[in-house]
Amino acid sequence: MLNSTLAELSASLAAKKISSVELTKLFIARAKSLNSRLNAFITLDEDRALADARVADERRSGKSGAPAAEPLTGIPLAHKDIYCTRGMLTTCGSKMLANFVSPYDAHVIERFGQAGTVLLGKTNMDEFAMGSSNETSHFGPVKNPWDAARVPGGSSGGSAAAVAARMSPAATGTDTGGSIRQPAALTGISGLKPTYGVVSRYGMIAFASSLDQGGPLGKSAEDLALLLNVMAGFDPRDSTSLERGKEDYGRHLGLELKNLRLGLPKEFFAEGLDADVRARVMEAVKWYEGQGAKIVDVTLPAAALAVPVYYVIAPAEASSNLSRFDGVRYGHRAKEYQDLADMYRRTRAEGFGAEVKRRILVGTYVLSHGYYDAYYLQAQKVRRLIARDFSAAFEQCDLILGPTAPSTAFALGAKTEDPVQMYLNDIFTIPAPLAGLPGLSIPCGFDAQGLPVGLQIMGNYFSEATMLGAAHRYQQATDWHLRVPKETPL
Amino acid sequence: MLSPDQVRRIALLARIELKPEEEPVIAERLSRVLGLIDQIQKQDTAGIEPMAHPLDGHVPVAQRLRPDEVGEKDRRAEFQKIAPAVEGGLYLVPKVIE
Repeated sequence: MLNSTLAELSASLAAKKISSVELTKLFIARAKSLNSRLNAFITLDEDRALADARVADERRSGKSGAPAAEPLTGIPLAHKDIYCTRGMLTTCGSKMLANFVSPYDAHVIERFGQAGTVLLGKTNMDEFAMGSSNETSHFGPVKNPWDAARVPGGSSGGSAAAVAARMSPAATGTDTGGSIRQPAALTGISGLKPTYGVVSRYGMIAFASSLDQGGPLGKSAEDLALLLNVMAGFDPRDSTSLERGKEDYGRHLGLELKNLRLGLPKEFFAEGLDADVRARVMEAVKWYEGQGAKIVDVTLPAAALAVPVYYVIAPAEASSNLSRFDGVRYGHRAKEYQDLADMYRRTRAEGFGAEVKRRILVGTYVLSHGYYDAYYLQAQKVRRLIARDFSAAFEQCDLILGPTAPSTAFALGAKTEDPVQMYLNDIFTIPAPLAGLPGLSIPCGFDAQGLPVGLQIMGNYFSEATMLGAAHRYQQATDWHLRVPKETPL
Repeated sequence: MLSPDQVRRIALLARIELKPEEEPVIAERLSRVLGLIDQIQKQDTAGIEPMAHPLDGHVPVAQRLRPDEVGEKDRRAEFQKIAPAVEGGLYLVPKVIE
């Protein structure tokens, strides 16, 4: 059961081979036994989970008055601690919100509640989703289940580690510059960042609003489709939520690969890419070619500036979004202060960690008088060039393939002293969200040290179903996604 | 490299207190980040419109309007339960006007 896909768990629940309460107990026991080593969960709420499971079992039994069961009814899930959950701690990985019990549910939490899923707990993350290694969390770093001396990636590192170690069948995350795809790659699981606007951000604590997007992490592409079917949908409470018809994201799982045009951007295979990562990604490309796909060379020249553009836009938006943390209405407040301005300054000095402060300061600087045109406006112009490059590439190909991250999981502490080294880890995941495009990562093998490698698949706007189809076909022919980390055997 | 004065001014604008001993480290790391983002200056962007919304050009990105009707229930007591300091339904902050 621990290594079953969501479709298999759903079938077992429907056939009454197992109850949701039994399934939930199984995952709670596993999560409890591994959490002291991996630190994947900030909150594990056994009582809440079992209460959810009992309600799900009633739905599955067809009890009169209970709503009809849905595919995910009774399946336990872990949610990134960035999604507000009513009556439950929602910390966003920060001391600022270490005592914050949310008075409302995020849209994504509501949707999973309506679908009858079980809330196992809330997962660890980089503070305010700012990080690529999960080391900026106020609650301590998450360890990679493949090697506990290494990072799981970030910022959705807790969700990724929880799925990789089979502490939860699947999880939610958010992606601003790679925070779903990069940890998925570093922990050997599958993760999808949808097109901007597909998943409502109501109740998802804001980092950079022109980039943030929620999405699922799971073992397989098929699981991601089932999860996105629940997460996606219009919500008037998010002004960027798109009004689109209901979509079955699993409708192209049988995608025909023959004559599918797959673009390889040369910028994604340049200097700095780890040799093993390149080899595994190219083996996957060859597999697609063997299935009849056409490999096309494409180019994304402006993507060379994606990282610097991102580190203007994301901090600028963060400095504005995080101005709400003032110690007045919720969250941390400094104990000692002289006046109102002093209370703000001390509250924010105490409540935010070093990386969050750094980004707020960078954002404040690039938005300040005399620098706005040179940084923020210039970054928004280069952003348009990056988006145009993608549009031109998608005239030549249906999907774009490349590595998700330039290396496999790195050692804890290896990049914490130099922010720029840490930022460059997102070099291949940052371009897609700058253009608002969807991207996913699936495992495609291991490096010489036995660490997982991620294959990134990017698609045009709203092409999630096609991307998931291409990923699913690969996963039918490979078993990388079913491998369990040696440090956390079943 | 940012000067200590520049760092103090940014921190003042951002309402973040910095201890004097933190300033050199923060100046050094911020300067590294600025070195990274300065790369965007070399790109020619003459005639390019800034892009504020990532789907600009692909979907209508105008903000939706809703009818001007009250949609939220009064939940003040619930919201104030998680506030650091309240009294009589008001949020308490240090005195601003003497």
